[in-house]
Amino acid sequence: MSVPILTCLTFLPLAGGLLLIFLPRDRVREARATALVFSLAALALALVVYARFDGATGAAQFVERAPWLGRGLNYHIGVDGLSLFLVLLTAFLTPVALLSSWRAVTDRVREFSFFMLLLETGVVGVFVSLNLFLFYVFWEAMLIPMYFLIGIWGGRRRVYATTKFVLFTMFGSLLMLVGIFVLYARANPTAAGPSLAFQDLYRLTLPPGVQTWLFLAFALAFAIKVPLFPLHTWLPDAHVEAPTAGSVLLAAVLLKMGAYGFLRLGLPLFPDAARTFLPALSVLAVIGIIYGGLMALVQKDMKSLVAYSSVSHMGLIMLALFALNFESTEGALFQMVNHGLSTGALFLCVGVLYERGHTRLIADYGGVGRRMPVFSAVFLIAMLSSMGLPGLNGFVGEVLCLFGVLAANKVLAALAVTTTVLSAAYLLWLFRRVMHGPALSERVLGLKDMDARERLVLVPVVALMFWLGLFPGTVLRKMDASVARYLELVRTKPAARTVASAAVRPVTPPPQSSGAATIVGSAMAEEGR
Amino acid sequence: MARELWLIPLLPALSSAVLLLLGSRLSRRWISLQACLAVLASLALSAAALVRLLGAANGAPPLSGTLFTWVASGSLSVPASLTFDPLTAVMSLVVTGVGLLIHVYSAGYMAGDRDYSRYFGLLNLFTFFMLVLVMASSIVLMFVGWEGVGLCSYLLIGFWFEKPAAARAGMKAFIVTRVGDAAFVLGMLTLVAAVGGPEFARINAAAAAGGLAPWLATLAPVLLFAGAAGKSAQVPLYVWLPDAMEGPTPVSALIHAATMVTAGVYMVARLNGLYSASAVAGPLVASVGAVTAVFAASLALVQTDIKKVLAYSTISQLGYMFIGCGVGAYGAGIFHLVTHAFFKGLLFLAAGSVIHALSGEQDIRKMGGLRRRLPRTFPAFFVAALAISGIPFLSGFFSKDAILTSAYEGGHLAVWLLGLLAAVMTAFYIFRLVFLIFFGEERTDAEVRRHIHESPPVMTVPLAVLAVLSALGGLIGLPAVFGERADLLGRFLAPVLKAAEAPPAAVEWNLILVSTTAAAGGLFLAFLFYLRYPGTPARLAARWPFLYRTLIGKYYVDEFYDAVFVRPLVRGSELVYASFDLAVIDGALNGSAAAAQAAGRGASRLQTGRIKDYALAFLLGAVLFLGFILAWKA
Repeated sequence: MSVPILTCLTFLPLAGGLLLIFLPRDRVREARATALVFSLAALALALVVYARFDGATGAAQFVERAPWLGRGLNYHIGVDGLSLFLVLLTAFLTPVALLSSWRAVTDRVREFSFFMLLLETGVVGVFVSLNLFLFYVFWEAMLIPMYFLIGIWGGRRRVYATTKFVLFTMFGSLLMLVGIFVLYARANPTAAGPSLAFQDLYRLTLPPGVQTWLFLAFALAFAIKVPLFPLHTWLPDAHVEAPTAGSVLLAAVLLKMGAYGFLRLGLPLFPDAARTFLPALSVLAVIGIIYGGLMALVQKDMKSLVAYSSVSHMGLIMLALFALNFESTEGALFQMVNHGLSTGALFLCVGVLYERGHTRLIADYGGVGRRMPVFSAVFLIAMLSSMGLPGLNGFVGEVLCLFGVLAANKVLAALAVTTTVLSAAYLLWLFRRVMHGPALSERVLGLKDMDARERLVLVPVVALMFWLGLFPGTVLRKMDASVARYLELVRTKPAARTVASAAVRPVTPPPQSSGAATIVGSAMAEEGR
Repeated sequence: MARELWLIPLLPALSSAVLLLLGSRLSRRWISLQACLAVLASLALSAAALVRLLGAANGAPPLSGTLFTWVASGSLSVPASLTFDPLTAVMSLVVTGVGLLIHVYSAGYMAGDRDYSRYFGLLNLFTFFMLVLVMASSIVLMFVGWEGVGLCSYLLIGFWFEKPAAARAGMKAFIVTRVGDAAFVLGMLTLVAAVGGPEFARINAAAAAGGLAPWLATLAPVLLFAGAAGKSAQVPLYVWLPDAMEGPTPVSALIHAATMVTAGVYMVARLNGLYSASAVAGPLVASVGAVTAVFAASLALVQTDIKKVLAYSTISQLGYMFIGCGVGAYGAGIFHLVTHAFFKGLLFLAAGSVIHALSGEQDIRKMGGLRRRLPRTFPAFFVAALAISGIPFLSGFFSKDAILTSAYEGGHLAVWLLGLLAAVMTAFYIFRLVFLIFFGEERTDAEVRRHIHESPPVMTVPLAVLAVLSALGGLIGLPAVFGERADLLGRFLAPVLKAAEAPPAAVEWNLILVSTTAAAGGLFLAFLFYLRYPGTPARLAARWPFLYRTLIGKYYVDEFYDAVFVRPLVRGSELVYASFDLAVIDGALNGSAAAAQAAGRGASRLQTGRIKDYALAFLLGAVLFLGFILAWKA
């Protein structure tokens, strides 16, 4: 019996959070330290998982299963090459975000730390779930801490922003919930009853009409989370109002949940319907790339600039995902990690500046570079990473994405490549207005460079940017087998998948659909039409 | 020597990291010493590699070294691999050789600057990326260097970032070149996918063997050339280079004259197999080069800022190099690249010495008569001016002649004529500089005049070395009329770039005569205009005010781009943001939320709390329900 390492990794932050509840309200330092220690412990576990992860197989590893609610609603978790790095990213950025808010959050520190840890458990849970119901529970659970993080520690319009954020995402997830009910009704019963385990769902043969409706329900939930144009308007508001730590996790990992949803569920569960809608979705992704870039160009608030740049970058990631070939998929996965690092770092940088100047308006700054040389260098590197400069992580992801998209559709690739120009334009213009020029205002003249804690927050992120830019193999190698297996799934019809999924879980014999399920299914199909 | 090749770029990279991270703790003397030594070591290693290359048997494969596989995903695999073949040898010697001289010069020029370590750190970083660019064995790794030098260019143009103009110029340079780079990336990735790998050798071989689909064989070199036009400042993407003169003058010499801006020429020469295989690409490259050569030279005629004249001159000379590559004389293009690095590097450094002497003055109308005041700078500038004009037996003469001869021989008469016209203009504008700066009366401000001084040896020694190279550098590529084996450079490069066919001796002599006449003509005109009859330029300007204003206004290209691209993009985005993102999408959302709220409020009004209202509703409902059932039954 081995240690249930993934369970520990997922629930360690929650345990830390629960511990915090018993801490007296005024023990601020202890609250911070507890949260940091627990998130660091989770990071350590994540690193163990990474080190012991076998890149040679595409199957889920560290699998744990336990009966939970019965009737197929089981506790079932594991990681494969698709989720491994998103788990790592979450585990890495949570302590970074916690440490970044030591000065920014002084009010109700205990509760803040609690929600941050809860958020980590929720997000990691989404990435490790191998059962659809469990996935949904985590997916929704993670909304709660985010709602409070924005709603309590946010800016002036925090209530509007957090309500918008929650309503937007809830709307999508409710449709997904309906979809889950339908899937559950059609699920092939195994020996223990119907199963919502991913690998069993992958083998469901759904009539085209049902597939279409289910795909649309799931896709809407995921597209809102990504966010895909034109469902993006919650993002700038949420980002602008969220505290720095919330923005970092929102951009770095929450958005990835949408892309991950497409990857894990939307495309492989409903491959035929997905293929029908991919052209349209790809066009939306491209529009997002250009539209997000142009909107970023004219933002006056630094945070909403970075938020719109996220829309643009996520557009490229989605476009690559929708291209459905090996390079594009790996590129998209790699770029998800990159975007997490670079956008996370950009939000951290804005936070550093905001803590000093108490404004995020670009026009309120100018000439900061001379006052804060170290900060300026870090900001520059984060920016270059975001605009895909070779030597840093973003370049490798961008090249793989574009390489894959080119193979799929040359026109879309040609449109997508404009991101290199647009990102340079809005980021360098931002940098010029904030960092360059003479320092004129009182606000800027009084600025102090980053202190030791702030460097501790940002230096690891910057180091990772270099590492992934120079040695992307450390990530790509462990993805290869899983990506190959995923593409196999997406390309073959569910009926023909028994072989592929046998490799996933050799225990279950390929089940035959029962009469009852077929009847319910065909009734659903009728309704679907 | 295989993996050791990596030392050549990595030494400056290491030095750069030290300077950028720990610079504040190092003494100024140590900073400049370390930076120069790093480049010197690269130069020595390049020379050692050259010796090995020369000693290798004929037909032996070039030196190459792979560190590790950088990117590997599916069918895309990019090794971190360098190659040292004759073309790389020439390029890396120019980069490290001229680079070293400019590093040394900088130690003097930047002596008073507060950001000494940042300056040298960036200069070393530039050297690293430039060496990666010219040594990479694959197009993707070359692109790493390509973007890297662009970054250094951005950071060094904006080195004095507190000056708004400098910050703006750096940004402009980066964004404009990225427009070309976007096309480059498309071409690069399409090519790599088509030939199954990113190695230059593979691309050239596939193209030469006709292995590319016809549309790709045409499109790929054109897309790549768009990148070259950005990086090497050709029409229509040249607009960033004149503004780039906001950077420190040694930076202009190294990055914006001698090395980085020639990257596009290098790329075309490196992919000569690809460019030769396309019927469209070659003529396109040559035409863009010829048009740029004349266009930029015409602007150099009237500029009054010494560095701006040199910047337009660089654009024009880069056009020459593209003429060479476009007509298939890649060797001639590279030859001009080398000699240009000498004389244009020298012109910039000498100009820097003049600016230094005049306490920062760059307006040539406020110079004059400096010949005796700057006894070391003047001869250096003069030699470089002769070289760029194409006065016989100096370096520029041979390389320009090689290009024009090839254009003529290849039957590209229009290109040849444009090249010749540019040659006349070149001699004119450069001697306009010579006469206005060093001859005639002193027009310097009285305050400036009191402080005029010759530069220290750390600056004038590099001038002297470059002056010798500018004078004699052409001897490495003598034309065929001087003997079959006279073209040392051409023969050395032959394994990579096949030498152009030499014309009959009589034709060659005639062409030499024509181009010499053109150079002499331009020089003589400048003499008439600026020494003999100094009132002439003003009279001409008064006679054709429209032409003069157009030239001074730089054909209003910047204004055109601003009005057609920049402004509409920003204004349009602002409009879309306000009227679509906020009003339509968000408006619809908030509207539906408001509607839901209103509906709720409306519905809640039904809940009056009065029993008789409820009773009425109950009654109505019951009647409707019964009526419905009855109607349905019937």
